[in-house]
Amino acid sequence: MDVRVEGLIKRYGQVTALDGVSQTFPAGALTAVVGPSGCGKTTLLRCLAGFATPDRGQVWMGDRNVTHLPPQSRGAAMVFQSYALWPHMTVFENLAFALRLRKVPRRDIERRVRETLELVELDRVPDIERRRPRQLSGGQQQRVALARAIVVRPQVLLLDEPLSNLDAKIRHRVRVEIRALQRRTGITAIYVTHDQEEAMSIADMVVVMEGGRTAQAGRPEEVYAHPKSPFVAEFLGSTNVLAAVVDLDGRILASPGGTLIVRAEDIQLMPSGDIPPPGSAWADGEVVDVLFLGAGYRAYVRIGDEVVMADHRTSLPRGPVRMAILREKLFTFDRATPQSNR
Amino acid sequence: MAGSATPNMRDRPRGLSTLVFRAALVAVLLGAIVGPLAGLVLWSVAERWHWPAMLPQQIGLKYWIRITQGDLLTALNRSVTIATVTTVAALVAAIPVSYGAARARLPLGPVLLMLFLLPQAFPQLPVFASATVLFYRWNLAGTFAGVVLIHMVGGLVYTVWTMTAVFRAIGEDVEEAAINLGASVTRTFFRISLPLAFPGVVASAILVFIYSLDEFTGTLLVGAPYVTTLPVYMYTASLGYELQIASVTALVLMVPGVLLLVLLERFLRAEYLAFFGRL
Repeated sequence: MDVRVEGLIKRYGQVTALDGVSQTFPAGALTAVVGPSGCGKTTLLRCLAGFATPDRGQVWMGDRNVTHLPPQSRGAAMVFQSYALWPHMTVFENLAFALRLRKVPRRDIERRVRETLELVELDRVPDIERRRPRQLSGGQQQRVALARAIVVRPQVLLLDEPLSNLDAKIRHRVRVEIRALQRRTGITAIYVTHDQEEAMSIADMVVVMEGGRTAQAGRPEEVYAHPKSPFVAEFLGSTNVLAAVVDLDGRILASPGGTLIVRAEDIQLMPSGDIPPPGSAWADGEVVDVLFLGAGYRAYVRIGDEVVMADHRTSLPRGPVRMAILREKLFTFDRATPQSNR
Repeated sequence: MAGSATPNMRDRPRGLSTLVFRAALVAVLLGAIVGPLAGLVLWSVAERWHWPAMLPQQIGLKYWIRITQGDLLTALNRSVTIATVTTVAALVAAIPVSYGAARARLPLGPVLLMLFLLPQAFPQLPVFASATVLFYRWNLAGTFAGVVLIHMVGGLVYTVWTMTAVFRAIGEDVEEAAINLGASVTRTFFRISLPLAFPGVVASAILVFIYSLDEFTGTLLVGAPYVTTLPVYMYTASLGYELQIASVTALVLMVPGVLLLVLLERFLRAEYLAFFGRL
């Protein structure tokens, strides 16, 4: 079931949280809505869930206009950032709550709770059904929250920063599990996060938001490779933004007239004096610091007044260096019209 | 090394002046707490005690025995009944108001909260005195209902403010989670919010119960002479120079208070009280 919003506007006092958002979230896909805090992504999700009513615009779920339907009758289950588990109920009661509301027969409730706990891989935790949320680890609580949402077999699953309260290692694992679960169930999922890496790794489609509007939407690879604006280019990946232009010889020159955006992994570092590969833009600079990242090194290169991050396989001595970037990896924007020139 | 600093501090010989000061402090504290209590106990068993003797001339349980037969038990019974009814009524009245104020769904919520605080902000006596005038006009003076109402004036402050803090401490997201899964607002309140607020309900119930049990001024003004609670009984007894009866009453009155305070300590969290008077 496609989820669609049209011309969504939502203001809170003087603040415009949504400034005309139109977007389709395709059926059966996992769409990540990503952007910095205050970009409107959470408001968008709350409009979909029915906790916020847009000032203007419409929300469609399939062929139903749900704009003015209460949250109870939208058929969209939500996973909250805080998990919002009910601490006075056991895991079983948390999951059974919605089924009891739907007058599911008792025997079926027990079966469906068990099946759902299997689906989120909690069935191996001893005595899980009779535990209370505070007796579980953060990762387990997260899975219970997910299970509580999907136990009602919703047509749409809304996830609000579901992993932000987990530590990095568990976050990566649960991320993979959420994706696998979404694939298996074929549920239409909308996943809000501020973490661009998380968004790109998990989603079939990413929607980058900025200032209450959609900045760009598309497949993760596409958006990453072809950002339409400096904002999107800067937001995705480890990105350098330089006030500079490239001259006819390929040399990068500091200039207030243009914006160059380049990702750390696309920069080649070589001894100064070496000839840059054909079709590259280049500049001479100085390595001021090198960080070990595990898989490689990140060098901080001073070029004129600016410091640029550049990834390198091996460590580098401090001192003069030349950096080169293939032209197709370099995003150039005019200062006046922030549109990609490519 | 940070670890060696503490033992050194402890080993340092204490000055004599510090020791004397501490002993004096303990003595004053003991005197302040135990002194009046000891006096009460002594008076309650003094069958004969004439000035200027340091201790009673004759000690016995005459007055303790007298309370088991007399009207003191009736007064105790009435006090507990009034306190119970007041507590239930104050909770029933406060919970919807507090919930509305906590969720900012109540128009003029902050104004209402301040209104409930007002009777405590002014000296009690004029508040009660003016209430008494009204109660006479409404034929509530000297009635059980009148006393319950005057107790609620003070009691509602505790329930409304405590419950508002309690409901604020419950995240809105746990309610939204229930609504999202199809529960009505009413069902969400009774299945999610209220059970989660239970410790707060108990805490504010205890506060009101103790308040009502000990309330004197309002009860005397509104209830006298027909409704005699234990504090009023104690007052009348001491007016008649029956200090023994007054002492026994005071000791009896202390028991539920102490028991409930111990209980309260388990349920009341600092954040409930920290909210008092804040909007």
